[in-house]
Amino acid sequence: MTRWLVRRTVQAAVTFAIAVVLMFVLMRLAPGDPLSRLQESRPMSPQEMAHLRALYQLDQPIHRQFAKFVRGVFTADLGTSIEHGLPVTTLIASRLPATLLLGGAAILLNFTLGLWLGVRQAVRRGSHVDRALTVLSLAGYATPSFWLGLVLAWLVGIRLGWLPVAGMRDPLLPPDAPWPARMVDVAAHLVLPALTLSIVTIAGTMRYQRNALLEVLRLPFIGTARAKGLPERAVVWRHAWRNALFPVITLFGLWLPLLVTGSVFVEMVFAWPGLGSLAASAASSRDYPLVMGAALLAAGLVVTASLLTDLAYALLDPRVRYS
Amino acid sequence: MSPLRHALARAWRDPRGRAGALILAAVTLGAMIGPHLLPDPLAQPCVLTCRDLGPSLEHPFGTDDLSRDVLARVATGGRISLGVALLAVALSVTLGAVTGLVAGYLGGAVDTMLMRLVDAALAIPRLFLLLLVLAVWEQVPVLVLVLLIGATGWFGTGRLVRGEVLRLREEAYVRAAEALGASRRRIIFRHLLPNTAGPLLVAATLGVGDVILLEAGLSFLGLGVQPPTPSWGGMILDAKAVLVAAPWAGIFPGLAIVITVLAANLFGDALRDAVDPRGA
Repeated sequence: MTRWLVRRTVQAAVTFAIAVVLMFVLMRLAPGDPLSRLQESRPMSPQEMAHLRALYQLDQPIHRQFAKFVRGVFTADLGTSIEHGLPVTTLIASRLPATLLLGGAAILLNFTLGLWLGVRQAVRRGSHVDRALTVLSLAGYATPSFWLGLVLAWLVGIRLGWLPVAGMRDPLLPPDAPWPARMVDVAAHLVLPALTLSIVTIAGTMRYQRNALLEVLRLPFIGTARAKGLPERAVVWRHAWRNALFPVITLFGLWLPLLVTGSVFVEMVFAWPGLGSLAASAASSRDYPLVMGAALLAAGLVVTASLLTDLAYALLDPRVRYS
Repeated sequence: MSPLRHALARAWRDPRGRAGALILAAVTLGAMIGPHLLPDPLAQPCVLTCRDLGPSLEHPFGTDDLSRDVLARVATGGRISLGVALLAVALSVTLGAVTGLVAGYLGGAVDTMLMRLVDAALAIPRLFLLLLVLAVWEQVPVLVLVLLIGATGWFGTGRLVRGEVLRLREEAYVRAAEALGASRRRIIFRHLLPNTAGPLLVAATLGVGDVILLEAGLSFLGLGVQPPTPSWGGMILDAKAVLVAAPWAGIFPGLAIVITVLAANLFGDALRDAVDPRGA
């Protein structure tokens, strides 16, 4: 077990290392250098350009740049954002809480709703409800998150006026307001982005839960439970569902990239002050150190999530062999 | 009947498959014929009086902020979006098939290296792979966009094909061909490739939906198809600014995306069950 653990962790580290090299190569794939885009928005004198290039060490040979970049990954020094003039790591850290809040809310909504609907589908397999839910969840998966966000903002926020559609806090609410008022305010701002993010990602959860439960419902011990005369609800939830929760764990690793990608668009549409909107604006304003920082974080998250998923699965399921 | 035609026939008998195929055909037809019948998607017939008009007989989807006909733009944008998706998927499926066949059949160090690369590439969400390149590139021509999207989409397919090849390599007929002294190339192209055609077709169909969403997302960020060329994602970006005055300018291109991607995924699902009935 310990050897397997070590090997799996080393494997994750190697994957991340190759990903880091890949990102550096990709960034240098475009013709010209990363700063040439800046000329478009603002004409610069050759001296100014040379100063900036020296600042970002673009005048150094490529292997030096690479060495500095790798050192930066290890020491959490990812350079300075061109647009904000602040260290990339500082910016990322300041945006992290908002993203964690939104991501957490979306995960919670996705899993509670997705698991429940998946169970309903499996229990009524082949029925109209099952088919309708499948098509609906696939429609959610086929929906661009930014479009759904805009439509919800227009319909619920603007036409009906029920919920705020931008930001995380009401700017008119005094900062020394009592904490319940501030919490309600943030929660109201959270509803639409979290809902959007979970609708576009719920299809996978439902499908996984449905198929996992169907597998378990075929097993003999379910027949035994039914033969004992247990009510169907107890059979489904107490006997079957608990055993059908395992495979859904693997989903987390597969699902995280979707969440990371979705949050870029959803945060941008709802002006949510998180990492996603930071990455979106960095890409639009050609702020390459910041784009790189966001991509590094995304890759790190994906590698870590897949490692944790494997570990959790190995710990929870005694049938997994460590080889 | 070849296995592939058999699978297609089975997918056609599946209601999901048939609905998906018919909708896809309708969308493709609309994108091909529409631009010839509809007004010029760039025309601004009367700048002041036909801005932000609601849907009417003359403009079934209304007009946008620059008084252009939204239906015509959705049709022309569909041509761009579908064209980009088909070309990019063709490229990534080819790359994935070649990599998977080579890695799976040759095995050894080549296999290890390629699969390590695939693992790493899959760890970076595809959107970020593209942002890294597009954030520093000058205005990207559509063809370069196709190449970039195609080049970042083959990793999953490569791993899938490799798995299939590892399984097929042990089959009796491949062993027999090897024993008869068939060349590597003959084995790869005559025996292995045709037998991975089913999973490849499934990957391609599902890939079309993913790429349409991806291209729309990039265009929405202003990094994909550049104005004035209409694209579904770009139209939604334009409509964002006039959400209250002309919601139809954003609603219709979005619906076009949902319908097209849903149809591709329904067809892909039916096809997957037809290719591999065990997974159904």
